[in-house]
Amino acid sequence: MILLLLSLLGSFALFSLMAVGGAITLIPEMHHYVVESHHWMSGQEFAALFAIAQAAPGPNVLVVSLIGWKVAGLAGACVATVGMCGPSSLLCYYVARLWQRWHASPWRRAIERGLAPLTIGLVAGSAMLMSEAANQHWSGWLLCAASTVLAWRTRVNPLWLLAGGALLGFAGWI
Amino acid sequence: MTPSLIIPSRRQLFLGFFSIGLSGFGGVLPQAHRMLVQQRRWLSEEEFTELLGLGQILPGPNIVNMSIAIGSRCHGVAGAWLAVAGLMLAPLVIVLSMAVLYDHYQSLPDVQGTLHGLASTAAGLLLAMALRMGTKIERHAVAALLAVLTFIAVGVLRWPLLLVLLVLAPVSVLLAWQRGRTGARS
Repeated sequence: MILLLLSLLGSFALFSLMAVGGAITLIPEMHHYVVESHHWMSGQEFAALFAIAQAAPGPNVLVVSLIGWKVAGLAGACVATVGMCGPSSLLCYYVARLWQRWHASPWRRAIERGLAPLTIGLVAGSAMLMSEAANQHWSGWLLCAASTVLAWRTRVNPLWLLAGGALLGFAGWI
Repeated sequence: MTPSLIIPSRRQLFLGFFSIGLSGFGGVLPQAHRMLVQQRRWLSEEEFTELLGLGQILPGPNIVNMSIAIGSRCHGVAGAWLAVAGLMLAPLVIVLSMAVLYDHYQSLPDVQGTLHGLASTAAGLLLAMALRMGTKIERHAVAALLAVLTFIAVGVLRWPLLLVLLVLAPVSVLLAWQRGRTGARS
């Protein structure tokens, strides 16, 4: 158990420093870690945990807590969350002071401009993996496509979309 | 004309981020903006944009990074802890309670069906987020190419993220620096 927790802590601490653009960009990496290499859960369970995190209030990073919980209970949830937030928070604490001082530096602008397209690519990669894990049948893909268009093109509150999707699933249509 | 900003006390810092954590569904940034800039006036619009940019550049969860920066600016290390604790406490309890319920009832067909519907919709929301970000990308062939390369490497080829970042991040920043220089000259 201790070894498992240490392994979780170490892995998420490393993920923390790779999460350029937020926890969402880590989905393929986390999927590989918990589903493909360690078989701690199925791809479908992974998708369900992501869905629960999205349906709950709070930051996106909570999906990490849920993954930790699934692997090693409450201790796993704590360890994964601390691992995910710790190293990046420490870095942020020190860089936040420097950042204002570098206000006029051309390098600061270059870093911002350079990382933006990478973040977009990473989020798109996460979205693709999540769709594959979540949609088992054509009906799932249809619902997924419909919610994509609605969320992209309209200003409807995402919570309504999630409620609608849950209802369709409850009715047994997905 | 800038209305004077307010420096929150430690208690206010904790309670403010507590309410941000509870209020946001599917990401808390819009709510954070409304509260920090418009309602409580802890930050000016420029400061918010600046901190958001910082949160997006540094690795880690954006909103956690932002609470660290705001908390530490007001009350040092203690402020950073209070802000993050306020942000995470309630959502963590809620999401873990939901997970316990899920674990208990996941074998029921109704629950499974509901979660399938929920998961497909959540994936759709993520796709929409990627599309929205994609349409806001810098209008430059190099930027578009780098986004596509990153997507293929991580999403299609499933290469390890660390490798992809170690190669593409320095290249992308260097190219952006060059774009900035030629842009300034012309």
